[in-house]
Amino acid sequence: MRRAIGALIRKDLILQRRTPEAAPAMVLFSIGTFVLFHFALDEREVSGNLASGILWVTLLFAAVLGINRLFVAEREEGGFDGFLLAPVDRTSMLVAKATVLFLFLCAVEVFVLAAFAILLLGPSLQPALVVVLLLANAGIAVIGTLVAALAIQTRARDLLVPLLAIPLSVPLVIAAARACAPLLTEGGAGALEARWLAVLGLYDLVFGLLAYAIFDFLLEE
Amino acid sequence: MFGRGLKTLSLITVALIVGAFALVFFYAPNDADQGFIQKIFYLHVPLAIVALFGFVAGGIYGIRYLRSGDRLHDLRSYVAIHLSLILAVGALVTGSIWARGSWGVWWTWDEPTLVSFLIVFLLYACYQPLRFSIEDPERQARYAAVFAIVAGAFVPLNFTAVRMAESLVHPRVLSTTGGSMPGEMRLTFIVSLLGMACLFVTLWKYELASKHATFRLRSLKRKLANADDGFTPNPRRSAAPTL
Repeated sequence: MRRAIGALIRKDLILQRRTPEAAPAMVLFSIGTFVLFHFALDEREVSGNLASGILWVTLLFAAVLGINRLFVAEREEGGFDGFLLAPVDRTSMLVAKATVLFLFLCAVEVFVLAAFAILLLGPSLQPALVVVLLLANAGIAVIGTLVAALAIQTRARDLLVPLLAIPLSVPLVIAAARACAPLLTEGGAGALEARWLAVLGLYDLVFGLLAYAIFDFLLEE
Repeated sequence: MFGRGLKTLSLITVALIVGAFALVFFYAPNDADQGFIQKIFYLHVPLAIVALFGFVAGGIYGIRYLRSGDRLHDLRSYVAIHLSLILAVGALVTGSIWARGSWGVWWTWDEPTLVSFLIVFLLYACYQPLRFSIEDPERQARYAAVFAIVAGAFVPLNFTAVRMAESLVHPRVLSTTGGSMPGEMRLTFIVSLLGMACLFVTLWKYELASKHATFRLRSLKRKLANADDGFTPNPRRSAAPTL
């Protein structure tokens, strides 16, 4: 199973390197959204709760773009048939795709956070943000892979992904935004609250196990 | 097959609901704080609780469908979620009216249960569009079951997260221990809850029986058409499961 996962991840990374599609679009979309927030809120600099909220709403919407594209190559180029014919565990597709989405999100966030710090954020960035970002990325990756696999075979794919992903990620955004808010406060950053990290961890765990248990049913033919 | 016991169940439901309303209006005391408007509680809370249980039941039937492949479980799951959605609309509307009556606003973000309920409702509102956009009936059933399971697990997690996010929590009318409700109120509430639960089960069984009869009729019609000229009309695309 490990070899299958490795091969699937490599395939996606090579695809992304040769025809960069999702990740640059996610970065551009995020920067565009920051510009929108600047004009919509009429704020030159944001901090605290407001900054945290803008950051997480933007990241979530950018993630929805990536989730929409996650299985498109498989669907359009017959990758699903090839995968189903191969004698490997179906769950390896879940692990590989969730890992790829996780890596995409991490890569995108490097650029998005830099842009956020330059364009909108008042206080400087704190290293502790990385913990929240990684935990939240894991949750978005798992739920995103599930939603993408659920929606890819339907007629209304582009409609269903945001409709399903946004309510499902509400607990994630609550915890991530609340955890980040003290880190982005003006004049001395507050401490990271352990309970929000616990919610993020619980979310990752519950949906990780759930996805592991039911993903097979989404690939059957 | 589905009609058995429906008559008794319907009579029990009618008796319980009439009894519950009689208790609400003539027996339960007016709330000292909120007065008469508090009585919407006996409608609002049972609606919400029964809807949540219906959603979770939909998830459990989803698991049973995936394990057995029996389409009847898919039908049960579909009808449970469909009915729960209708009750959820009722719960949101009555909650909104109650908020207006006692706090003066149609909507309040301070009440975590109400907010969680809205999020859960938004998620389940995608159930029908998801089903409708999948043509193959077998795949429709499978994907709907996966959705029902994921959403069923989401319900408790969401309630925890939203509850934690509200720093200002209103006093709970009903805590896990039964709260500080006086005996008359508690009795009225329990009867209302039972009545609502029975109403849900009755409607669920009626809907199952009706769907089942429709499928039987359709398959008989198809057989008749086949015997006539060998022509089978294409089945209409639908969100409802087929048997």
